[in-house]
Amino acid sequence: MSTDTVIKTPAPSTLSAARLPRWAPLVVALGSAATAVAIGMVAGLHSRLQWGMIAALLFVVASYVIAARVEGQRQAKDRLATSLVWVAFLLAIIPLASLLWETVARGSKVFDMYFLTHSMGTLGDREVGGGIYHALLGTLQQVALASLIAVPIGLLTAIYLVEYGRGKLAKVVTFFVDVMTGIPSIVAGLFVLTFWILILGFDFSGWAGAMALSILMMPVVVRSTEEMLKLVPNELREASLALGVPKWRTILKVVLPTSIGGITTGVMLAVARITGETAPVLLVVWGTNFINTNPFEGAQSSLPLYIYQQYAAGNSASYDRAWAAALTLIGFVMILNLVARGIARWKAPKTGR
Amino acid sequence: MDISTTKAPPPTEPADARPPADDRRKSNSATRPGDRVFLGLSRGSGIVLLTIMGAIAAFLTYRTVLALSDNSGNFFTTFEWDTAATPPKFGIPVLVFGTVVSSIIALVIAVPIAVAIALFISHYAPRKLSGPIAYVIDLLAAVPSIVYGLWGALVVAPHLVGLYSWLDDYLGWTGIFEYSGGAPRSLMTVGILLAIMILPIITNVSREVFLQSPKMHEEAALALGATRWEVIRMSVLPFGRSGVISASMLGLGRALGETIAVATVLSPSFLINASLLDPGGGTFAQNIASKFNEADEFGRDALIASGLVLFVITLLVNGAARLIIARRKEYSGANA
Amino acid sequence: MKLQRMNRRALTLGALTVSGALALTACGSDDTTRGGDGGEKTVANSNIKCDEAKGDIKASGSSAQKNAIDAWVKEYVATCKDARIDYNPTGSGAGITAFLQGQTAFAGSDSALDADEITESKKVCKDSQAVNLPMVGGPVAVGYNLPGVDDLVLDAETLGNIFNDKIKSWDDPAIKKLNPDADLPKLKVQSFHRSDDSGTTDNFTEYLNTAAPKAWPYEPAKAWAGKGGQSAQGSSGLAGQVKQVEGAITYFELSYASSDDIPTVKLDTGAAEPVEATVDNASAAIAAGKVVGKGSDLSMELDYATKADGAYPIVLVTYEIACEKGNKAETLGATKSFLTYMASEEGQNVLKANDYAPIPTEIITKVRETVANLS
Repeated sequence: MSTDTVIKTPAPSTLSAARLPRWAPLVVALGSAATAVAIGMVAGLHSRLQWGMIAALLFVVASYVIAARVEGQRQAKDRLATSLVWVAFLLAIIPLASLLWETVARGSKVFDMYFLTHSMGTLGDREVGGGIYHALLGTLQQVALASLIAVPIGLLTAIYLVEYGRGKLAKVVTFFVDVMTGIPSIVAGLFVLTFWILILGFDFSGWAGAMALSILMMPVVVRSTEEMLKLVPNELREASLALGVPKWRTILKVVLPTSIGGITTGVMLAVARITGETAPVLLVVWGTNFINTNPFEGAQSSLPLYIYQQYAAGNSASYDRAWAAALTLIGFVMILNLVARGIARWKAPKTGR
Repeated sequence: MDISTTKAPPPTEPADARPPADDRRKSNSATRPGDRVFLGLSRGSGIVLLTIMGAIAAFLTYRTVLALSDNSGNFFTTFEWDTAATPPKFGIPVLVFGTVVSSIIALVIAVPIAVAIALFISHYAPRKLSGPIAYVIDLLAAVPSIVYGLWGALVVAPHLVGLYSWLDDYLGWTGIFEYSGGAPRSLMTVGILLAIMILPIITNVSREVFLQSPKMHEEAALALGATRWEVIRMSVLPFGRSGVISASMLGLGRALGETIAVATVLSPSFLINASLLDPGGGTFAQNIASKFNEADEFGRDALIASGLVLFVITLLVNGAARLIIARRKEYSGANA
Repeated sequence: MKLQRMNRRALTLGALTVSGALALTACGSDDTTRGGDGGEKTVANSNIKCDEAKGDIKASGSSAQKNAIDAWVKEYVATCKDARIDYNPTGSGAGITAFLQGQTAFAGSDSALDADEITESKKVCKDSQAVNLPMVGGPVAVGYNLPGVDDLVLDAETLGNIFNDKIKSWDDPAIKKLNPDADLPKLKVQSFHRSDDSGTTDNFTEYLNTAAPKAWPYEPAKAWAGKGGQSAQGSSGLAGQVKQVEGAITYFELSYASSDDIPTVKLDTGAAEPVEATVDNASAAIAAGKVVGKGSDLSMELDYATKADGAYPIVLVTYEIACEKGNKAETLGATKSFLTYMASEEGQNVLKANDYAPIPTEIITKVRETVANLS
């Protein structure tokens, strides 16, 4: 490779072509940013977003043109791809940053210990104060119960499909798992409402909500676990079986631990998904402003439902609460996600990569 | 599935005489009590899951039949949703249109960006950065859809006025990009929001696929003097193409069924508007959310019937994704 | 070895989670009173009779009366500590469905049960049927966003044309004629309506259809029947749009206007002075209506075309719906005592402070009689 850093003096070696110096992209980036600001000021564009777009466009075009002149067509295309990839990445960061910024800025107004440890109680929607304790507790309990139902069934089903399933039953189960991923969440809620509450005559409860949520959770668990189990090399199974270990112990002691990282990630993502569900909770948990620590009896609340209702109440006090609750919910899911990734990395099967 | 009898069992220490592994694998009838219990448990779970699904499917079909038998309009051609009228009249063409159009917009925007980000993480970003960046993208997947909805309505929509006016100025003649200056709460806005929502799913799956692309090919290409882009174009993208397609299908599945975010951002109507920038149209999930609260028993049945259509569409998407994934396996021959 | 270590770590994690959850359980509180802005401490109210009120009452329905119910529950629960009331603002239709399925003790609805629904209620109310009890009134305000115009007068005809997309600009002669002094901008009219079905839409379009049938030829319905215009989800969605979009006009319950400082339209009804959307003016209009329900049923017919002085005609009456006889034994006590409190003079007085209109004396007296006989 040539180590030339000056454009004007091409390397004498015939093997290396002309190269742009390593600082060239930076200079082009700064240059296009400055030009974009100038254009923006002159043309009187108010939106900073537009300035950014112009800068990105200038950067892509400029790096292509310069590279094409100095380094030739092939290198220029490479530069073009690189700058496009960078621009796409930065483009994706904008919405995330904006989303998080909005939530934090609007949510931190009333977010404090008082907010976390008090329910709404008898406070009206238009009054200042109140908190999310009842909703947080409801979400935690319902999600935990839903996971208790869905994770074992999902795991075992996936094990059946990958390790045992050959016949018709496996095919039918696979088909229905596919169908199940397409359930609109409100339909799961209606189903539990009809069977559990209207036909069987049980009361509204966190448990009923957990059942509806578990219906939404199961297909995600099955599919992700299935993929992870398929990644386990057959050599491991064969070695274990060859050593005379019974198949069930092979699965429990060899297959599952090998894929536990991926499985946990899948389960956590499923949990994250159901944590944000509003419709089933509204239909079968009922919602309340008071603390109910018993998920098996009486109405409970949940965070997404709380956000939805506070937003619908439509006044500044309730908007503040809605955003603060959204902040809590995102924080909760973020922590779960972090834990999931931690476990995944910590226990991931050691591959060659 | 290819876990079965590809290789002869490696030589084993015959601690005691057991039947070869192969035999046990073929026969589902487990020989030991432990095996029998475990097989029973896992098969039982499969059956439980099947029962639940069967019950839901039966429930949906039953209520759909109830609704459709009283519909005085044609379910597939009526541009109206009036379940309270006597006789009730409702149909889904607007919903099919809105759902499909908004999802396609979302895909058109999200797929290129997602592929670029996936490439960025797998091939461009500095090693130390790629982990945190992947986590940041994952965060987008974890944000609940109601928060997306609020953010979309309060923050994104007002920013789009400028863009839409610009589109109208230069592309208004096409008829698709006409903008008459209302609040930007159109299918286009929904498509943009959905694109942001499905970006992480597509990115994640694509990233995994790109990371699995054969290192030998890449190194061979590099050794022949290819640039980084040429390596990606010649060895990474062909390998990952079908993976990206199935990832997009997964994303499409989510876009089709999104409820609260769409209901908060869209200004729906039961007319099909040629322009994507003016309010109009609707989606299945949004329509269910908007009509459900005031619907009587029959109205709910009608909404469930529309839910069943969404169900069928989602199933088709899933089926297509599975087919492609299966094809990819044949192509790559990977023992994944 | 490795497996064991993992298990131990998993155990530690689990233990942490459980203890964390326990700690959380211990420190929560329903008591939201705190010094300053947390709301004043409510004390037991001697005018509320609890009788055998106990247990958890579930009710659902109209979101229009949510703030009123909030205020009532606050007073009521402070006195009757054994009772708990969970009112779910799911919308009138869902409230009626839930009530007819026997899920709730009472429903709140922006329109009275029709004949079919009353027949259907015989299943839930053994040997009896449901009654409509008008309990909360409220003006439906027409909010707008016009820079520089703080005072806007419109009549039914103009409103109908605006919402029907016939009047497209704010400097339209029809609007100018009604507002000779206002400096009307040349701005596009952007009318917003509810995208979800709603009792508010039902009442608003019934007003338009009654008072200006030519400008608004559509049958009143919960779903928006007009063509054109834009829409948003819920009254809060509408309020949000009006604040954001210049030239916007929409309708919502008065409380959304007052909590967001959105100016409201004065109506030229043919009375001496244009009437403003206020609680008192709404009460006056409700008084112009009459009870049309048979027996103990008290469903009302409102006079949307009233020309009485100081009567704001776009009003919404929310009914509580319960069984006349055959209410569930376990919830009857609390339901009856709560409804009694709502209909009492004190209960009705609570309404005004929350942007609602009390029900006129003549009608509320009948409501009290009916409630006293619920069983």
